[in-house]
This record gives sequence, structure tokens and C-alpha cells, in this order.
Amino acid sequence: MKYRGLLFANLFRKKIRLTLTLGSFAVALFLFSFLALVKQAFSGGVDIAGVDRLVVINRVSIIQPLPMAYRDRILRIPGVKRVTFDNWFGGVYQDPKNAFAQFAIDVQNQREVFPEMVVPDDQWQAFLKDRQGAVVGADLAKRFGWKIGQRIPLKGTIFPGTWEFNIDGIYHGQRVDQSQFWFQWDYLYERAKDFVQGQVGLYYVRIENPDDAVRISKDIDSEFANSAYETHTDTEKMFAAGFAKQMGNIGFLVTAIGTIVFFTLLLVTGNTMAISVRERMGELAVLKAVGFSDWFVMQLLLAESLVIAAVGGGLGLLAAAGFSALLATMSMHNMIPFSYLPANLALEGFGVALLFGVASGFLPALGGLRMRVIDAMRRV
Amino acid sequence: MVRVDGFGGSSLIKVRGLDKKYYRGGEDIHVLQGLNLDVEQGEFVAFMGPSGSGKTTLLNLLGGLDVPSAGSITVAGDEITHMSRGKLTEWRGRHVGFVFQMYNLIPVLTAFQNVELPLLLTKLSKAQRRQHVETALSLVGLEDRMHHYPRQLSGGQEQRVTIARAIVSDPTFLLCDEPTGDLDRKSADEIMKLIVRLVKEYKKTVLMVTHDPLVAQQANTTLHLEKGALVETEAGNLQSALSGGAR
Repeated sequence: MKYRGLLFANLFRKKIRLTLTLGSFAVALFLFSFLALVKQAFSGGVDIAGVDRLVVINRVSIIQPLPMAYRDRILRIPGVKRVTFDNWFGGVYQDPKNAFAQFAIDVQNQREVFPEMVVPDDQWQAFLKDRQGAVVGADLAKRFGWKIGQRIPLKGTIFPGTWEFNIDGIYHGQRVDQSQFWFQWDYLYERAKDFVQGQVGLYYVRIENPDDAVRISKDIDSEFANSAYETHTDTEKMFAAGFAKQMGNIGFLVTAIGTIVFFTLLLVTGNTMAISVRERMGELAVLKAVGFSDWFVMQLLLAESLVIAAVGGGLGLLAAAGFSALLATMSMHNMIPFSYLPANLALEGFGVALLFGVASGFLPALGGLRMRVIDAMRRV
Repeated sequence: MVRVDGFGGSSLIKVRGLDKKYYRGGEDIHVLQGLNLDVEQGEFVAFMGPSGSGKTTLLNLLGGLDVPSAGSITVAGDEITHMSRGKLTEWRGRHVGFVFQMYNLIPVLTAFQNVELPLLLTKLSKAQRRQHVETALSLVGLEDRMHHYPRQLSGGQEQRVTIARAIVSDPTFLLCDEPTGDLDRKSADEIMKLIVRLVKEYKKTVLMVTHDPLVAQQANTTLHLEKGALVETEAGNLQSALSGGAR
């Protein structure tokens, strides 16, 4: 603590340079956190996907339907516990910018296949009794300020006309997507029988044992091989990962950009620290002359670098946290499900900042360690 | 008592057969050759000599900032010539107070903080450090300037802060490298009065390098560096240098 004055006096020596160096760390950490959030937003589905669920889609593409008759045939395959299905609705609420996922669901099996999405029993019962009922995720309800009992109109884009729904329930859950809108598949079928034609978008299959996932997937696809509607079955995790990959290899992009940014930062900060040390050779020599050890000088220089990294990195993380909170509540939420900056990501970012602080300060600090007093004095 | 013949007894600083050579341009340059020196406690010694005669080299060796090519230096019973770099740094902190020509204060620290630096290495409490620093600064007459930064002080005041920094930890001896070299005559006189007072009143041992015969005259002994060895300057020689109009 007694060296604090020396440390901070040196740090504040050139205020503009300090501000710019702090700024470069802050921008880098902001970018790091933001890119990690983007990556998380795209791969979020992968992380929360159930290990005991399979997804069955049309082999041609996800937008091609599958016959409703497949449900009973899938159920007969050994190891299958439960089957449910849904259809993508694609309606617009007030403005096309307000997009969110809407599904016509199979109310008989939804809760058994997705037990982690919890709807209170009384609300579920009300939903079952109401043909125009809807259950919405807690995040979605919060976003639009919806309350139970409220009537919501959606303008169909795939299924024409205006569709009226009553909010009967709100689902919650730990680490689940709470931004979906569910309504009864029967309501869709009732109003768009000709369009739906007894077909569903995809099937979700809950299995007895996750170890049987590969075998059951093969069995399902074999069951419908050479039919007009061949299937492609995968675990929900693989399905989500494949879905995320359609957006490009986000993980690779994030890692590549992050690495370039940090490497550049390392060069910039290392250079700044080196200039700072060169300017202070005489002063560092005086410290050594009056009895401060080589190690002390090295630690002092490293500490300066670390403080810059910690403060700059912290500011960047704070900005990222604020920005992510803003994104999570703004309209971009429609396109990419941004979440608030999680603590583990913030800690990881802070750790990376400190690591780069040490790395960028290491060579100048080593120079300080090796510097001989008389050599430095000659340069003064 | 100061001797250069190598026959001194139990002196505070004892130098025997000191050699220092540098390797430059493919050849060895001998700066100091077989130098002997004995300095007792409370002496004030001035080293003179032309540029490149090795005055500063000698001071650096005595202060443990450089290591000799051969020979030995013993200070208060500690032979410093074979100490490791770390031990030597520690030894410097305890035994040597440096006063440089260019002051070498840390510009981002106040006078108080500059003087406090050597005390940060001790186990003194904050209050004790404050007391020591205030004493040192009042001794050099700068108690009212302790919160000023070096840029807010005159050259003479800066040098007085350097002296306060050199004496604050009560070192065994002071090494002054051209302490008045960058000052006008009036400031130089003030600094010399201060150094003489440290010797007379506080029994400090001071070894000083200077080009200025007027400054050297105030030392108890003036030694001349010639061909890498020390010779005692005759009073008459110093007098003739003074009458020759040096400075």
C-alpha cells in the first residue's frame, strides 16, 4: 500500500496517453464482450437444448411439412416416450419489426415433451378450454407488457387474415427461451384446414434414454425412407447447432476478430508501455540507486500495466453490460435473442484483460529489470 | 584522515588496488589502475581531475553502482566488491546517499514524496516516515516547499531536495557527483554551505566530485585523479587553480 502513491503518480504522468491507453483496453473489452454475446445469442439454443429430445424434420428442408400420420408411427418405435409437433405461424403483431416466434402446438403433449417450460396448472387448464387461447413466454409478455386475459391480434403472413388470441398463461423456466408464443394447433387447423392439410412443421420426440438417440434417429428415418416425405432426425442439440450454423460460423468469426483485436491491442499497449519506460529510464535508475531492487522496478511497471488493463477492461465491460441490456430490450431482440452480459462472461473478459495487461507490460518491465543504473544515468 | 598510499588503518572506506577498465573499439581502456584510498568517518573529500579521468567512475564504484575489474572496496567492514547485484542494491539503500548533478528527482512526486522514497524500503510506519521527511526537509530549509513538485522549485531548491533525499535514511556516507555543476554561484554557495554543515554538525562522511576549485576548497581533503590513480592536491596547487580564475 505504501507504494500506491508512486504507482498512481506514474500512471497519471501523461493524462492524455493514459486516457487513450485506457480507451484502447475499454474498446477491446467492449468488442470482446459484444462478440461473445453475439456468439452466445446464436448458439443459445444449442446450450439449452434437451439431451433426451430428437427433432424430426422433412429431409428436403425445415420449411417442408410432414404428415400428421407420422406421429403414431414414430410413437411405435422402441425407446420413444412421447411425441409432439408444431407449426410455425409467422404472424405480425402491430408492426413487422415486432417479430417473435409463434407456434401452433400440440396441447396434448407439449408439457410432457418440454417439461422445463413451466406453465401453472390453472393457466394451462384455462388455455386448454379456450380455442383462441395462447401461452406466451415470460420475456415476451414483459417485452410487450402483456397480461393474462389480454386479447392479442396477429396478422397472418403464411396463414392469411387477422387472428385473435387470448393470453391464458405465461410460461417460465430456467435457461429456456422465454420469448415464444404458443396457441392451439386445432385453432390453426380449424381456420386454415385447406392450407394445413393435416400436415405439421416438425416433430419433437422425447426418448427414454439419451444413449439411444442415434439408434432411434436411424429407426425414425428408416421408417419413412423412400416415402414422399422422407425425414431427417437429429438430437435437438445438433438441430440447434445446425440452425445456428446457417448464420455462418459465428464461433470462428468471434474468435478470429477477438484475436486480431487483442493482438493489435497488445502491440499498441506494449509500445505505449515501452515508450513510457524509455522516457523514465533516469527515474527508474534513481529508484535503483536509492535501494529499490530490480524486481521492485519490474513489479512497479507490471503493476502499472495491470492497473491500466483492469480499469480499461472494467470500463469496457461496463459499457458492454449497459449495451447488452439495451439490446436485450430493444427491437434488435426480435432478430437475435441477446441476453444481459452474464457474470461468467464478464469475469472471463476481465481475466483476458489482465492477461493482456501482463503480456503487454512484460517486455518493458523486463527492460526495467535488466537496466543498469550507470547505463541509464549516462542517457539522462 | 584521508590516505591514498594503501596503508590506512581501520578507516570507514577502504579501497585497495582498484582497477576499472572498459573494452571500447577493440581495446581495453584502463580508467582506474591500482587505486588506493582510506577515508575515515566525518571526512569531506573532493575528487578533481580532467574530464575522462575517472572521477565519476570512482564514485560509481564506491556507491556500488558499478563493479571493479579488480581490487576491493570495503565500507564499514562490508566488502562490497563481491556482493551480488541484489545484495548491492540492498547495501546501497542502507549505506549510501546520492546527490547528482542533474538532481534526478522524480517529476511526478512532490518534494515530500521524493524525499520519502528511500524510507519506503524501511519498516518505518507512515507517521515515522513523515517525521523523518519533515526533519530532512527542514534541515535543508524547505519545510515550506514540501508539497511542491520539482517543476515548481528552483534549481538550488531541487538540489536541496536531493540532499534531503540523500540524508533522510541516515546513510553511512554521501556521494555527490558535481552537486553544484548545474547551479549559479549563489545557489552553489548555498548548497556547499549545506554540505559543509552536514559534515561539521552531523559528522557526515562526504565524497564529492567537482570541477570547481572553489567548491573543492571547502572539502577537508582534495584528491586529484591522474593516470588512474589518486594524488593529494597540494594546497598551493589548489590556490593557483583558484587564482587562475576557474569559474
